[in-house]
Amino acid sequence: MAFGPHLLLAVLEGLVSAAVLALTALGLSLVFGVMRIVNVAHGEFFMLGAVLAWAVSNALGGHPALGFAGALLVAPLLVGAAAWLSERLVLRRLNYEPEATIVATIGLLYIIQQLALSFYGPEARPVAPPFSYRILLPWFGYSGYKLFVVAASAAILLGAWLVLTRTRIGLVMRATQYDREIAQAFAIPVDRVYAGVFALGAVLAALAAVLIVPISQAHYLMGQDPLLMSFIVVIIGGLGSLRGTMVAALLIGLSDGIVSMFFSPTLARMIATLLVALVLVFRPQGLFGTAPR
Amino acid sequence: MNETPPARLYGLHLAVVLALFGLNFVLPDYHQGLFPRIMVLATFAMGYNLLFGYCGLLSLGHAMFFAAGLYGAGLAVAHLGWAVPAAFAAGLACGALLSLAVGVLALRTSGVAFMIVTMMFSQVLALAILYFAPWTGGDQGLVLPQQARVLNLGFAAFDLTHPAVRYMAALFLFAVVLLVTLAIVRSPWGRVLVAIRENEERTRMLGYDTFASKLAAVVVSGVVCAAAGAAWALLFGYVGANFASVQYSILPLLWVLMGGAATTLGPLVGTLAMYYVIDIASSHTSAWLLIVGVALVLLVLFFPKGILGALRRRWPGWLP
Repeated sequence: MAFGPHLLLAVLEGLVSAAVLALTALGLSLVFGVMRIVNVAHGEFFMLGAVLAWAVSNALGGHPALGFAGALLVAPLLVGAAAWLSERLVLRRLNYEPEATIVATIGLLYIIQQLALSFYGPEARPVAPPFSYRILLPWFGYSGYKLFVVAASAAILLGAWLVLTRTRIGLVMRATQYDREIAQAFAIPVDRVYAGVFALGAVLAALAAVLIVPISQAHYLMGQDPLLMSFIVVIIGGLGSLRGTMVAALLIGLSDGIVSMFFSPTLARMIATLLVALVLVFRPQGLFGTAPR
Repeated sequence: MNETPPARLYGLHLAVVLALFGLNFVLPDYHQGLFPRIMVLATFAMGYNLLFGYCGLLSLGHAMFFAAGLYGAGLAVAHLGWAVPAAFAAGLACGALLSLAVGVLALRTSGVAFMIVTMMFSQVLALAILYFAPWTGGDQGLVLPQQARVLNLGFAAFDLTHPAVRYMAALFLFAVVLLVTLAIVRSPWGRVLVAIRENEERTRMLGYDTFASKLAAVVVSGVVCAAAGAAWALLFGYVGANFASVQYSILPLLWVLMGGAATTLGPLVGTLAMYYVIDIASSHTSAWLLIVGVALVLLVLFFPKGILGALRRRWPGWLP
């Protein structure tokens, strides 16, 4: 293949990973922005979404589209419920102490991972894509489903943005993010907002996982990479800045796709991680964030 | 804080070391094999405790210091054919250099950012180990040959693969680090570290250079962890990439929390308890990660001060 089409393929692949990454990172960013906690178990919610998607589509049977639609509805709801439960049972009792929360979410990470291993097994299992239409470009054929993933992610992101900026729920969330105590004084049920935001963050991760699972299979260790990548995106974008998260997801997803097509993925990941750590050291507010108040 | 009678204090620690010494002769073979591992890992946990417990800096990347010692010593033996003391020194030097570099960079941040930055640096090292697979063995790791693991002191040669020799070598390392920790904690510098943990701003106002103190704490902690790593390579002869993984950054945190942060003997108690819990559990079920997870959640919910921390509150307030 010539360089031009090769680059186009890399860009398309990069777009797919950017789309999924943006959804996952948005979840992490929401939780960090509103609740000021780092959720280390975020990647496991992603993995749980993928595993449940396999379970649901397997249980429904029939046409792949039916199973996929069912998974898209049920898996995120179940993951959200699990996240809500763990927030109520564990995180709330810790008063959202940053360090205690990190330790507790590390514990959650191991618990979820081990449960997935015990009940789902160590195999990687595929979910059939809802349709298998191939778009024929002059140089190569490209999976239509991958483009659907990009479109669906964009739609969900747009929806999330509208909810955050245009509705009362979004207003309440932003108020809580801005100043927890003042929000409480204005009769905003901060406690319930926290539980909701934590569940919503997990739902976004699960949605991303359901979308990606027909492309890359469901596996109990698949949560590690999205976690690290989401961290990178959220940090580069500025902790708690939603617009920054979007831009950074696009940037990192695209460059990850392109770089790993031309170079060794390990080397690419190594350099990216090092660069991000240095960004955090020298520009703690991120590339797009504002200085913390 | 009331002043502790030093005799009682050093007596207690010497008694622990002597008890461990005595255990060598009474333990059945299987446990005699486990204890050196526990003592080396407890050394790792003591290094972690120095930074986390006393200085209040939560790092999620201490696996890189352990791995620096592990690979520093292991690669020196495997590729350069160095003798045991030189290889051990190489491991320490790697740990010191790495912790100095990481400390200078990571200490510019604090709180959550510090945890993430340390985790990322550790991740970079883990990826580098995989990337340079021709030298490091990548995923498979390296096995050091038995004849390279003989400590030749001129007047006598000790075969570090022999169970009793291995036990004594691990105990020696553990005892030295334990006494060094005790000395540090009781020194003026140790008090400054605790002051930084309690209120860094106020400590700075009192005229202490908190950055220098924290940097020194990172380096000492890193060197101790590297010593544990180098000892692991030389005593057990295996150098593997999974020792650089995030899991090995989290385990010392778990051990320290379990035993009691900011207690000198806590890391030993925590490592011992957790190692045996996992050892017993894994003979019944393969789901030992579940136990680690549940232990972390329960500890942080109900026993934030750990075993010795809880003991200290009700009984000997003088426990360091």
